[in-house]
Amino acid sequence: MCLGVPARVIRVEGNVATVNIGSVEYESSTLLLNDVAVGDYVLLHAGFAIEKIDPEEAAETMRLFNEISNLEEE
Amino acid sequence: MIPEGMRYIDEFRDSALVSNISRKIGLISEKQINLMEVCGGHTMAIHKNGLTDFLPETIHLLSGPGCPVCVSSQQCIDHAILLGRIPGVILATYGDLIRVPGSQTSLEKEKARYADIRIVYSVLDALEIARLNRNHRVVFIGIGFETTAPSSAAAILQAGKDRINNFFLLSSHKIMPPALETLAAGDTQIDGFIAPGHVSAITGYGIYNKLSEVYHRGVVISGFEPADILQSVFMLVKQIESGHFQVENEYTRIVKPEGNSRALAIMNEVFVPADAEWRGLGIVPLSGLAIKEKYAAFDASKRFTVKVPDSLPPAGCICGEILTGKSKPTDCNLFSATCNPLNPVGACMVSAEGACSVFYKFMK
Repeated sequence: MCLGVPARVIRVEGNVATVNIGSVEYESSTLLLNDVAVGDYVLLHAGFAIEKIDPEEAAETMRLFNEISNLEEE
Repeated sequence: MIPEGMRYIDEFRDSALVSNISRKIGLISEKQINLMEVCGGHTMAIHKNGLTDFLPETIHLLSGPGCPVCVSSQQCIDHAILLGRIPGVILATYGDLIRVPGSQTSLEKEKARYADIRIVYSVLDALEIARLNRNHRVVFIGIGFETTAPSSAAAILQAGKDRINNFFLLSSHKIMPPALETLAAGDTQIDGFIAPGHVSAITGYGIYNKLSEVYHRGVVISGFEPADILQSVFMLVKQIESGHFQVENEYTRIVKPEGNSRALAIMNEVFVPADAEWRGLGIVPLSGLAIKEKYAAFDASKRFTVKVPDSLPPAGCICGEILTGKSKPTDCNLFSATCNPLNPVGACMVSAEGACSVFYKFMK
């Protein structure tokens, strides 16, 4: 129910963003988000973009995953 | 450095990564602990990916009350059924809800008889149905937590702006903190919470402070991919082994400390906390979201007069105990033979994220 799907914004018109998931396009409302721009990754939930995905934080999380998995060797 | 071509899905499912995090958990875990995955989405991800096989025997996972379809009371279903019987009413709802048995019938059976019930993906689809059917009254059955409530609120504001006065919301929306605090104060031993990532995306971290500060439980806000969940378990084990309880965030690519301020403002503009009934927990004070008086014109509970009788849960169904972590689906006498996805007795077997449905699908 609280399912969220990462999607890339390819068009923004008024309160509607067209987003791409894999090769499928969806229209999603941007009523719940400020400043959605083409190229952003957003999290889609029940027809709404509810948050933008932060690429630097994603990279940092990946780094943490690897950091803890390397701890063994320390 | 941002990885080239990151898609935010596959990278977090990498099996070598998952195995490594799993080994780390094994190295630091000593105490026998119970962790509750609050969100039905987490329950689904854990069993679909077989993540329990990656955990040491010291760690026990309990499913929580974070499946909106499951915790919606039977009375809510009965209320919706009665609204659907009013001539000229179109009911719109998210898919799973229509199969939940009410005390006499379900929305699905009502639809087969004569009720006009539409399954929608978004509340905005319900608003569109109202826009296109001005001689009908369209009632959207709003279920879901803080993740979903802002979208219902946005629809009401949009209906007001566009003067769509045949659109109504039956709000069964709920908020997470009072339910989690009720569980923390209860008699099930829960050492830490894998906190719901998408609820937190809206609310931010603050809602969990009481769990760590007052109840001394670990809290980690978690993403939904396998590596996210195991990393969150690792962070919880670290907290519990050290006795240093705090609210941590594993899902930083989505969840900000302050949450989504715009969504919160829209939610708080339309809704006010009210007592609500949860399957399994009973009435939890101020755990629901009622529509403010200012927007009463859109409030289906006020605009339609129906008498919803009291009802008893189905005989033998232990859905309530499962939603509070007291029992597992396999503890239920009805599980599988009597109650299964084709013939669900309780709500936890209906929803794709319900613990019983998940166990049935992935543990056979």
